[in-house]
Amino acid sequence: MNVNGTAVTGYDAGARLLDVIREHLGLRGTKEGCGVGECGSCTVLLDGEPVCSCLVLAGQAEGREVTTVEGLASCPAGARLREQLVDHQALQCGYCIPGVMVSATAHLSRTEEVTEESVRTAISGNLCRCTGYTKLVSAVLTAASDTGAHS
Amino acid sequence: MSYFGNRVQRREDPALLTGHGRFIADHQPPGTVHAAFTRSPLAHARIRSVDLSAARAVPGVLAVYTHDDLPGLPKGARLPLHVPNAAITKPHTQAPLADGEVCFAGEAVAVVVAENSYVAEDAAALVAVEYDDLPPVSDIESALNGGHPSHADDADNVAAQLTVGYGDVDTAFAEAAHVVQATLKPHRGGGHAMECRGVLAQPDADGHNLTVRSGTQAPHLVKRSIMDVLGLSGDQVRVIAPPDVGGGFGPKAIVYPEDIIVPALARALGRPVKWIEDRREHFLCTTQERDQIWTVEMALNGDGTLRGLRGTMAHDSGAYLPWGVIMPYISATTTPGPYVLPAYQLHVTCVLTNTVPTTPVRGAGRPQAVFAIERLLDQAADQIGLDRADIRRRNLIPADQMPYEVGLTYRDGSPVIYDSGDYPATLEAGLERAEYTSFAERQRAGRAEGRLLGIGMAFYVEGTGLGPFEGAAVRVQQDGRIVVQTSAAPQGQSHQTVLAQLAADQLGVDIDQVSVVTGDTATMPIGIGTFASRIAVNAGSSVHVAAREVRQKIVDLAAAVLEVDAKDVELADGEVQVAGVPGSGRTFGELARIAQGMPGFSMPGGTAPGLMADSYFSPKRSTYAHGFHVAEIEIDPETGAVDIIHYVVVHDCGKVINPMVVDGQVQGGLAHGVGNALLEVMRYDTSAQPTTTTFADYLLPEAADVPVADVVHLESPTDLNPLGIKGAGEGGTIPAAAAVIAAIENAVAETGVRINHHPVTPAEIHHILHTAAPAEVSA
Ligand code: FES
Ligand code: FES
Repeated sequence: MNVNGTAVTGYDAGARLLDVIREHLGLRGTKEGCGVGECGSCTVLLDGEPVCSCLVLAGQAEGREVTTVEGLASCPAGARLREQLVDHQALQCGYCIPGVMVSATAHLSRTEEVTEESVRTAISGNLCRCTGYTKLVSAVLTAASDTGAHS
Repeated sequence: MSYFGNRVQRREDPALLTGHGRFIADHQPPGTVHAAFTRSPLAHARIRSVDLSAARAVPGVLAVYTHDDLPGLPKGARLPLHVPNAAITKPHTQAPLADGEVCFAGEAVAVVVAENSYVAEDAAALVAVEYDDLPPVSDIESALNGGHPSHADDADNVAAQLTVGYGDVDTAFAEAAHVVQATLKPHRGGGHAMECRGVLAQPDADGHNLTVRSGTQAPHLVKRSIMDVLGLSGDQVRVIAPPDVGGGFGPKAIVYPEDIIVPALARALGRPVKWIEDRREHFLCTTQERDQIWTVEMALNGDGTLRGLRGTMAHDSGAYLPWGVIMPYISATTTPGPYVLPAYQLHVTCVLTNTVPTTPVRGAGRPQAVFAIERLLDQAADQIGLDRADIRRRNLIPADQMPYEVGLTYRDGSPVIYDSGDYPATLEAGLERAEYTSFAERQRAGRAEGRLLGIGMAFYVEGTGLGPFEGAAVRVQQDGRIVVQTSAAPQGQSHQTVLAQLAADQLGVDIDQVSVVTGDTATMPIGIGTFASRIAVNAGSSVHVAAREVRQKIVDLAAAVLEVDAKDVELADGEVQVAGVPGSGRTFGELARIAQGMPGFSMPGGTAPGLMADSYFSPKRSTYAHGFHVAEIEIDPETGAVDIIHYVVVHDCGKVINPMVVDGQVQGGLAHGVGNALLEVMRYDTSAQPTTTTFADYLLPEAADVPVADVVHLESPTDLNPLGIKGAGEGGTIPAAAAVIAAIENAVAETGVRINHHPVTPAEIHHILHTAAPAEVSA
């Protein structure tokens, strides 16, 4: 598989993608919050689609493109989103944030008309216990309007 | 410019946004081995035998232990009772590994250490334990009436009893024009930080000393407990809360078995040992809160003014009492709230059950008390024929009676004295923002279209910032940078930002010149913990006081070095100069070097060594924040679903260091309260088995569930600390369930049903709409 653009080998195909990312590759941005696909902390992009990496076996990602929060560092939508999340002071503990970043970036990059409702739906699989979501949502909306995707 | 009061951006964010936060699971020193626990599947049983042989035989397993053979764990060891109280007759705390009897499902019986966590977990499942069942106690009612104890050697399940109150309550009821009575059942829930708990213990090379990292709200409490239970001395143990902890909300403020066992394993094996809790363990073993049963009545005069409130409250302590009777005590002392209540008496019974222990969860006993009095007030308003806002208006403590002495003693041992606040102004501000006067019209118009609108409100007063202290040390380093060290550990409350704001202000430097080091017992010898909305007041004041002292030292030293009078010295941008003489100055770094001294020379002008100071600000008593919530909701008559269409929060936490941080706390707290009102059910079956142990069964609020808090900020400063601030961490949660449930009851008012429990699910609302009767309370 390719992770953040780099070819990766030598992992256990039967391990969870989450563990390969965190333990094998040492990319510790991706988090585990439940291990059973219910919290979204472990969200990564698999060929551009957000998935829970705790539910994917590494073998299933064979030959595919994986993007983690670290991989969003160089993407323009990720940069805008980061800027807005800081500006809105949208974070608290930050544990859910890598997953939120991944879900929201995917939403921004493939949605023409981003609305409050569409953002809330896009991050509905990302549980956050700290923030109550409001500022996360407005940060994503503002980032979308920077791209012209906000209606 | 001053940083205080400004919307300063968080310094924590850049790392968190790029995946470079440092949470407990992200620490992995070379050679780390992993622990996993074998946990009791039964809620109550005696352990007949434990066979470790199969687990020990698994390749990759390094050790398997029970209570009886874990090296360094004294036989009979128990976790400490953090807050003893004379009222406690059964001071049960948990054994770090079960000692003969298990008292809740999930209690740790054995521990496995292996080369990796997969092997450790597999081997833990092979530990063969034979149990003799004991009858379980699943809830408050069965604890009081079930006829068998939750701990085999006890005669009953009453762990403590206390009576709280003042005034002549019997006369109040004898002379009352109106009396309303209710039984209320606020429900248990969890803190559910998105990050579960975790512990990593590293022995040093000779195995004598230990460094322990724990995802805790209270590293000093963890250290003291490790010392107590394992018999170690203070210099042998250093506990660090990682700079990033993924949410706390109360349950991470106690000491757990794993905080003791993992360090013991590291000493026994001479290797770094790590344990990371999974979500199922979090549901089973991490403390919860809120199950109480209130049977109370309220006495009122003909005009709706209060005469008295009395009754009983039973509190579910769960299987053990790590925090003693703190929560029920807070509940009992929160009840009078913002109202002039002439007489009050509450008998509290704390019961033991075979469920996970309860300890404070965001709100800590207060949401239940607010629920009780606010629901009674609504009932009284209906009975007397008063508007619900009006009955509150008639009873609020007038602003000119501040400071107001309630007549109770708070949990910190000091009298409950509300220090400041204009409660009537808060009420009116909330009603205005909620457009309350026109609501009846909106409701009528809605009804005409088949829409069910409802409005509800709740007021709270919250003791915050309680002592005894939380220390801080401020130091100028030889490179001119400022270091702030504090015992307080953050879990998302922006300590890196807020505490730096305070130091930067006092020293006149850019905030980027300030580093903040949190939650490390090696930098601060004593500390209490981040809970009870106490850090801004305690640690914040300590930073302020220490930084001011450092400023004075800078001035004195500069005056001596520059050979001018101290009053002619001025500070700006990390430099000190003679006032009005640019270029005359010294940098902070140069002065710090001088203050470090030169071998053999005296300090200049007799100044004190070191540009540093520490402070342990200790408030003389709690400061009382308050607020008022108004919820307007719409119910879908088809599904019973509740849509919160406007949610007003009036919030007064005194002066505000960083309004964005406070906004975040209010909105996040509200989400938690909405979860308690509508979603979060922690169910135990009659055998005390938890049956909601995933987020598919236990619903946390998602992005689409949480209303935007429409916040009105009011500011009544306190004089109990030098910053004029009060705590802000819990006010968003405390009245939310009361306000939302009141709004639901109002929306279904035609059924005449009173709702005195939470959460209320769509299915239950549907049931109420179709039968005009409350459903069996499943919670
Ligand atoms: S850890 Fe994968 S969804 Fe929760
Ligand atoms: S910021 Fe803490 S869980 Fe989202």
